[in-house]
Amino acid sequence: MSNHVLLLIGTRKGLWLAHRRGGADWEVTGPHLPMAEIYAVAVDTRSAPRLLVGASSTHFGPSVVTSDDLGATWQEPEAAPIAFPDGTGAALERVWQLAPGPVDQPDVVYAGTEPSALFRSEDRGRTFELVRGLWDHPHREHWTPGFGGMAVHTVLPHPHDRERAVVAMSAGGVYRTADGGRSWQASNTGIKAYFYPDQYPEFGQCVHKIARHPAKPERFFLQNHHGVYRSDDDAATWQSIADGLPSDFGFPIVTHPHRPDVVYGFPLTADTTRYPPDGRCRVYRSEDAGESWTALSRGLPDRFWSAVMRDALCVDDADPAGVYFGSRSGEVYAGSGDGDDWRQVASHLPDVLSLRSAVV
Amino acid sequence: MRVTVLLPRLLREHADGAQRLEIEVQDATLGGVLDVLGRRHPGLERRLRDESRALRRYVNFYLDDAECRSLDGAASRVREGTEIRIIPSIAGG
Repeated sequence: MSNHVLLLIGTRKGLWLAHRRGGADWEVTGPHLPMAEIYAVAVDTRSAPRLLVGASSTHFGPSVVTSDDLGATWQEPEAAPIAFPDGTGAALERVWQLAPGPVDQPDVVYAGTEPSALFRSEDRGRTFELVRGLWDHPHREHWTPGFGGMAVHTVLPHPHDRERAVVAMSAGGVYRTADGGRSWQASNTGIKAYFYPDQYPEFGQCVHKIARHPAKPERFFLQNHHGVYRSDDDAATWQSIADGLPSDFGFPIVTHPHRPDVVYGFPLTADTTRYPPDGRCRVYRSEDAGESWTALSRGLPDRFWSAVMRDALCVDDADPAGVYFGSRSGEVYAGSGDGDDWRQVASHLPDVLSLRSAVV
Repeated sequence: MRVTVLLPRLLREHADGAQRLEIEVQDATLGGVLDVLGRRHPGLERRLRDESRALRRYVNFYLDDAECRSLDGAASRVREGTEIRIIPSIAGG
């Protein structure tokens, strides 16, 4: 296995890349794609590594940019990679998620967008087509935007079954398909929506992020707008795993790449107090699928009034694995020992919106 | 009818480096000019308006001296010799 770990750092004003080779220090380069707002990054390693970036220009709109040489050069088709078809009455605002598809479909990549929609690519993310089954869902007219917009921000293709996938949006909740995207079912049983009179509606939850482990694909972890949950039945029902956390509010949640019972989150105090509890920078890790939680703090600051966004916490696929998070105050930290020890990779960047890492 | 489109530096790479484009149009509107541009330089046109053909909010289009939003937007009329100057607006932080 290569000893080159690549970390993509998407910020509000461009992309930075961090390379680590063997035991050497991190080497950070950038800005790449300067001034573009980078909500989505991905490293597709199912074949020769391809970097995918959802980049939005304030002036000139959104796009998807790719690199096949680890960021030395970037490519973009002449025509818009993602565009809503005529007749939808919609226009792409932003790409929130880029997700490589199943292992046995190495050319398939999915994109989650604002407005809430799912797009599918069969050329490794160069061009995409709208997944009509979700766009035509009768619930769509009832989905409502959260503060960040109305977006499909999470796309989790099944790692082996090309017919199955799960998406999440704010605020609409979790939807899943078992027929390749032709039909979608709301999948929010047990997830609370405290901001509605009926606090357990069929859909409308403000789900912030979901994670699944490829070795145990029927299990999911979910960070809600208040609430942390696990599903062990393919997202059909959800149970709270928030006990032991200092707060059930936060944005990201990720699983360990090799240990399906290990999950990480970054709690914030509450909906209206979006600081870490007591202003202390802490990643929380569970090693028993959310039954108990441990605060990870070695190497992290004690005074920290920033926050970690939904796609700014990630793991790599190295062995041993690395864990990473980026803050709205432009710092990036890398955790070794499954997150026991942390060191700073970068600081003084623009707000970090998205992170992804892989061995390349 | 022939009009001239003047491009800012940031967009010239999407028009083979050109600063100035001469465009023949049948539909004598700004939208008609952008339709022609879309066929010649799709990578340029998609940066000027989205797929619903709405003009991008932070791009200004001056038809001679008048910004198109003070006229009829994409339906603003152009005449023989009109200069369309494209200028990104002041935005961002």
